[in-house]
Amino acid sequence: MSRSEILGAIRRGLRRGPLPEHETLGLYARLNAHPRHLIPARSRLPHPAQVALFIANLEKEFGTCTRVASADDVPGAVADYIASQNLPSDFAMAPHPELQAIPWHNRPLLQAREGRAQASDLVSVQHGYVGIAETGTLMLPASAGRPTTLNLLADTEIVILRSSRITGAMEEAWDILRSEREGMVVGNFLPRNVMFITGPSRSADIESTLELGAHGPRRLHVVLIDDQAAG
Amino acid sequence: MLTTSPDFKANTTRSMNDAGLQKALARTRPRFPASRAAAVAKLPEFEQLRDIGRDIKNHTLANLDFYLEVWERNVINAGGHVHWASNAEDARRIVLEICQRVGAKTVTKGKSMISEEIAVNDHLEKHGIIPVETDLGEYIIQLRNEPPSHIIAPAFHLNREDWEESFRRAHTDLDPNRVFSERRDIMIEARTKLREKFLAADVGITGANFLIAETGSSVIVTNEGNGDLTQTLPKVHVVLASIEKMVPTLEDATNMLRLLARSATGQDMSVYTTFSTGPRRPADLDGPEEYHVVLLDNGRTGMIGTEFQEMLRCIRCAACMNHCPVYQTVGGHSYGWVYPGPMGSVLTPSLIGVDKAGHLPNASTFCGKCESVCPVKIPLPKLMRHWREREFERHLSPTATRSNLAIWSFIAQRPSLYRLTTRIAAKVLALLAGKKGRLAALPLAGGWTAGRDLPAPEGDTFFARYARQQRGEA
Repeated sequence: MSRSEILGAIRRGLRRGPLPEHETLGLYARLNAHPRHLIPARSRLPHPAQVALFIANLEKEFGTCTRVASADDVPGAVADYIASQNLPSDFAMAPHPELQAIPWHNRPLLQAREGRAQASDLVSVQHGYVGIAETGTLMLPASAGRPTTLNLLADTEIVILRSSRITGAMEEAWDILRSEREGMVVGNFLPRNVMFITGPSRSADIESTLELGAHGPRRLHVVLIDDQAAG
Repeated sequence: MLTTSPDFKANTTRSMNDAGLQKALARTRPRFPASRAAAVAKLPEFEQLRDIGRDIKNHTLANLDFYLEVWERNVINAGGHVHWASNAEDARRIVLEICQRVGAKTVTKGKSMISEEIAVNDHLEKHGIIPVETDLGEYIIQLRNEPPSHIIAPAFHLNREDWEESFRRAHTDLDPNRVFSERRDIMIEARTKLREKFLAADVGITGANFLIAETGSSVIVTNEGNGDLTQTLPKVHVVLASIEKMVPTLEDATNMLRLLARSATGQDMSVYTTFSTGPRRPADLDGPEEYHVVLLDNGRTGMIGTEFQEMLRCIRCAACMNHCPVYQTVGGHSYGWVYPGPMGSVLTPSLIGVDKAGHLPNASTFCGKCESVCPVKIPLPKLMRHWREREFERHLSPTATRSNLAIWSFIAQRPSLYRLTTRIAAKVLALLAGKKGRLAALPLAGGWTAGRDLPAPEGDTFFARYARQQRGEA
């Protein structure tokens, strides 16, 4: 009822009926090609400079970053960060193969519990999908190995990201997601959620003054694995 | 939402005498424009992105029926549900039905102006379901039973003492002698209180900044993370969205996102930008089991094909009100309905009628600042002028205004009479002002001179001076 009313009212306003087929073909072509618009020049850089820009923008938005040479160094970096912030050494961790392959046993004090986050978790460790240099943004698509609650419930979120996964602009991040998730069973290539996170949670609702840690994590820390040499 | 727009004049008088509001306005006034200017200065392509944003929205509106149908198919493919709602009543009924079907007791809510427009909170409460606003600003105004005064900073009109007083009154289970020494303490208390609500809620309701035809997604943008907790933890996620939120593709949305945060808060990106598509997938460990979108018209289709169609490009960034001298003097509540400032002055008469909201397009100095900062280049002053014309044509403007305009137009259409009248007026005013050159009071303009003096003409008209100059005199 409402559906035909609304569509009818739109067509009356546009002074036409439903679009003829030759016109819809053009619109479907635009959807299928999903053309890019102007991409700002600021992220059109050689890759090492994009990595540096990602870190600079992340820090500008109150995130922090530690760079490590390989996945073997991640447990040490996480342990150091946790100690420096006086955080507990148990955390909820994304059940992602790349995180599972990290030698956590090198740091026996760290206790990782795999799964989604619970309300009582103070620290979460998340798998970083792509980093966007233009704005220092993390792209985190939901999946069985990357639960959304890890981005939201803990006081401190630590994201493990490989530097080869840093791109210039959001358009390139979409291209990676499109190519890697083609042919998904449900719907299209998009999962339930794709979160883009730029720094820790904040609000300026009290007297228009910025405070960190509104509802989401108060701290956002990225451990960046320099995997360029390995390709 | 009930409107007090017809009482705009009384509302503004009250606002200008409200010390708390004036304190808040003085604090906020310089901040938003400075933040936006700084963000724009760092992006040389910003002007081009505005043109692209305008063109994307124009293209979408010209094919809106097509894109809505494509979007609907993609929502369903991803396992979601679309509910079309012609008006506020339909939308309220649909939301209530969803909540009742799953036996909801409490509902958490992300920030949504559509939710204000359809007054869904009152409707849920009436049927025994407790709605909880989770955006900090929305939470406090819900506690105080006030409407939002700004579309992205709903509680900017409140001061710290208002927050503390409301929290002490609402959170009676906490120590009454607790101290709020910093703003941070207020935020931590809200965080703790609302965390309980997030975990207990049966349904989460959010708005949508964009809908994406290509993928059947809805997008929300927040800094707090409240919208994400709202749509991730409960069993059911309900999105309230109006038809003009549509864009065709992810790339189109990306361009709009480059405009939105910069125009709104001066950030390059908001902290959380989330694209949601359908419910949780079978292997997912979290996320809602149901995903519904309530798609609202509520008067918008009536703007298509009229001079007001351009208003449907609006992405609700609030730059226009942040830069408006009228809004910055009287605040948001004066406007009397959901949408204040220049965008509200154009949209409100379209949605609730010019007979109720005719004052709003008159509350403009036509300085043009709003249009100059609009990320999608909506010609807001021109659209406000259209409303003034319509109001005049429908004989809705007051008799005094109409007769004065009639006298003015009679004189203005007769050049020699016009020159004579202005010459006399200039001389008389100059005489009245005397040596001071200013008038402290003026008959028939007492309201204007109550707050300031009128600089008097120097005894000459423009035409007289122009003629003199043409003759080569000084």
